[in-house]
Amino acid sequence: MAIPVIDARNLRKTYRVGGQEIRALDGIDVRVEAGELIAVTGASGSGKSTLMQVLGCLDHPDGGEYFLDGEEVAKLSGDRLASIRNRKIGFVFQGFHLLPRLTARENVELPLVYAGVANPRPAAEAALERVGLSDRMNNESNQLSGGQRQRVAVARALVGSPALILADEPTGNLDSRTGAEILALFHALNAEGRTIVIVTHDPEVAKFGRRRIHVSDGKVIPEDFVAKRESTRFAASLNPELAGSP
Amino acid sequence: MMFRMLAKVGLNALLANKLRTFLAVLGIIIGVAAVISMLALGAGTRDSILRRVSSMGADLLIVRPGQAGRRGIMSGTAQTMTTDDALAVAAEIPGVRLVSPVVSGGQQLKYYNKNTFTQVYGVASSYLAIRNFEIAHGRNFNDFETERLARVAVLGPTTAENLFGKDEPVGETVKIKGVNYLVIGVLKGKGDQGWSDPDDQALVPFSTAMKQILGVNRIREIDVLSDGAEGGNARVAAAIEALLRDRHRIPANAENDFNVRDQSEIIDMAASFGTTLTILLGSLGGISLLVGGIGIMNIMLVTVAERTREIGLRKAIGARERDILTQFLFESILVSGCGGALGVLLGVGVALAIPALARLGGSDFSTLVEADSILLALGVSVGVGVFFGYYPAKRAARLDPVEALRYE
Repeated sequence: MAIPVIDARNLRKTYRVGGQEIRALDGIDVRVEAGELIAVTGASGSGKSTLMQVLGCLDHPDGGEYFLDGEEVAKLSGDRLASIRNRKIGFVFQGFHLLPRLTARENVELPLVYAGVANPRPAAEAALERVGLSDRMNNESNQLSGGQRQRVAVARALVGSPALILADEPTGNLDSRTGAEILALFHALNAEGRTIVIVTHDPEVAKFGRRRIHVSDGKVIPEDFVAKRESTRFAASLNPELAGSP
Repeated sequence: MMFRMLAKVGLNALLANKLRTFLAVLGIIIGVAAVISMLALGAGTRDSILRRVSSMGADLLIVRPGQAGRRGIMSGTAQTMTTDDALAVAAEIPGVRLVSPVVSGGQQLKYYNKNTFTQVYGVASSYLAIRNFEIAHGRNFNDFETERLARVAVLGPTTAENLFGKDEPVGETVKIKGVNYLVIGVLKGKGDQGWSDPDDQALVPFSTAMKQILGVNRIREIDVLSDGAEGGNARVAAAIEALLRDRHRIPANAENDFNVRDQSEIIDMAASFGTTLTILLGSLGGISLLVGGIGIMNIMLVTVAERTREIGLRKAIGARERDILTQFLFESILVSGCGGALGVLLGVGVALAIPALARLGGSDFSTLVEADSILLALGVSVGVGVFFGYYPAKRAARLDPVEALRYE
């Protein structure tokens, strides 16, 4: 059997706010196999954001083990984590986080530049083509619409062919139609074999995952697999062509 | 590739807020210009001091009566030197080229209804050569005139102008103490030397001056010109000291009743004074460069704060601390480097303008822009960019990506 993309066991993270201990992660186990499309849901304050940061290697847990694509990353920090993020994770954020005054292509090139790729241009152009923006490559990011910006962000996330695409409320700043387009794009990318984790508080978006991980009080609430069929139907109704077969 | 990206992002960031960037660059421009112009002023002043001091003769030794006390020279404590001492120095000491006894006193010079108060120097004919004076027109007096106490005078250009205006002085007579003196020559101007004006004086044969004007039989100084051999000045000075101690019968344990001053020492002193002045002025410029650097640090801190989200994103997609550090250091060096280059231009311009402006104001300043000072200023300005950019850049590099991404 293939190595799981995410294999996290007993993750713990505690914050101290004003003398009060908050257990943001209270012994969470997460396992994501290659090719999965997963929605992580939970209310605000549930520990969902902390889980996203830890799984995204933006922060390290206080305790527990975390193997990302077979590499132990729980105890890494600083530049070592930056390198892991660069190679293994593509981020899509709620607020797009494109660099203004750089063109779409230059934004997409950025992860490759930090990876030390000598000529990142062809890969960046291919990624932009994949998200349907081949005619917008040389536009500066502030000349693009919200939906286009998020597509650029998706292209940036997949340009380095990372093991995991981690999307944090990717539709939060979009209207429902463009939001649905972005979700359909994720679905299509997943159909091509990409492993995608979407973190959201929105149940409509969560339905879209083929599997759901629900976080509450720093713990994972198990869910049955009925949702899987639901989500496939939901995705297919959005865009049967892009959605592909589960 | 990496560099192109750095340059583009850096320039974009700096151009995004043109006024702020301009003000930071301006701080460096002013600082560098101040360093360059102050160093040029220092170097120019040092050179002109050296030129003036050297114009008195680098191989000049001056023997004066009085002891060289702890607080410098105490002249006039004992008038012990005679013209015979001067003759002995000329005759007996090897390495001596020219010798002149010197007496002097302030006197009123009259020409018809005009009169001027000036220093009258009683000297030998060799004095002009010793002190680097030249005759503008007319002639110097000769040894024959000295011997027979001739009443002849050579005037400094200022003195001549005071008495004769634009008329020709040579061939006219001036009255000193009511006695007529024939003006036989006028000196070329040397320019003010600060502590005395060599252009305002009258030279007469020392014999005439001692007997008929000043009524003295001791001399004020002996001017000696050495032959300029390497280390010759010190040898000649020692020989003069030994000779005069012998002639004045000074016991072995007593102090000299005269002192020998070596002009090359004064030149060294002037040179070191000039260097000190240059350093002082350069430091003043350096302070403004420092202030400019603080300006850079200020805008870099603001820039880092404004671009927190950008930094967060960069870190999220894999930028290491070093990458972020390089990015912001690059920007601050860009600011300080541009400021440095423009500052050099402004500084050179100011250095060229100072002498012209000073002349308008009636004073005399000279400036000298040295290639070293330009390189120094450019180097320091880039250094300022690194030094004052480092802290903000380090702060950016150390940002926690989670916090930075969330920053509003």
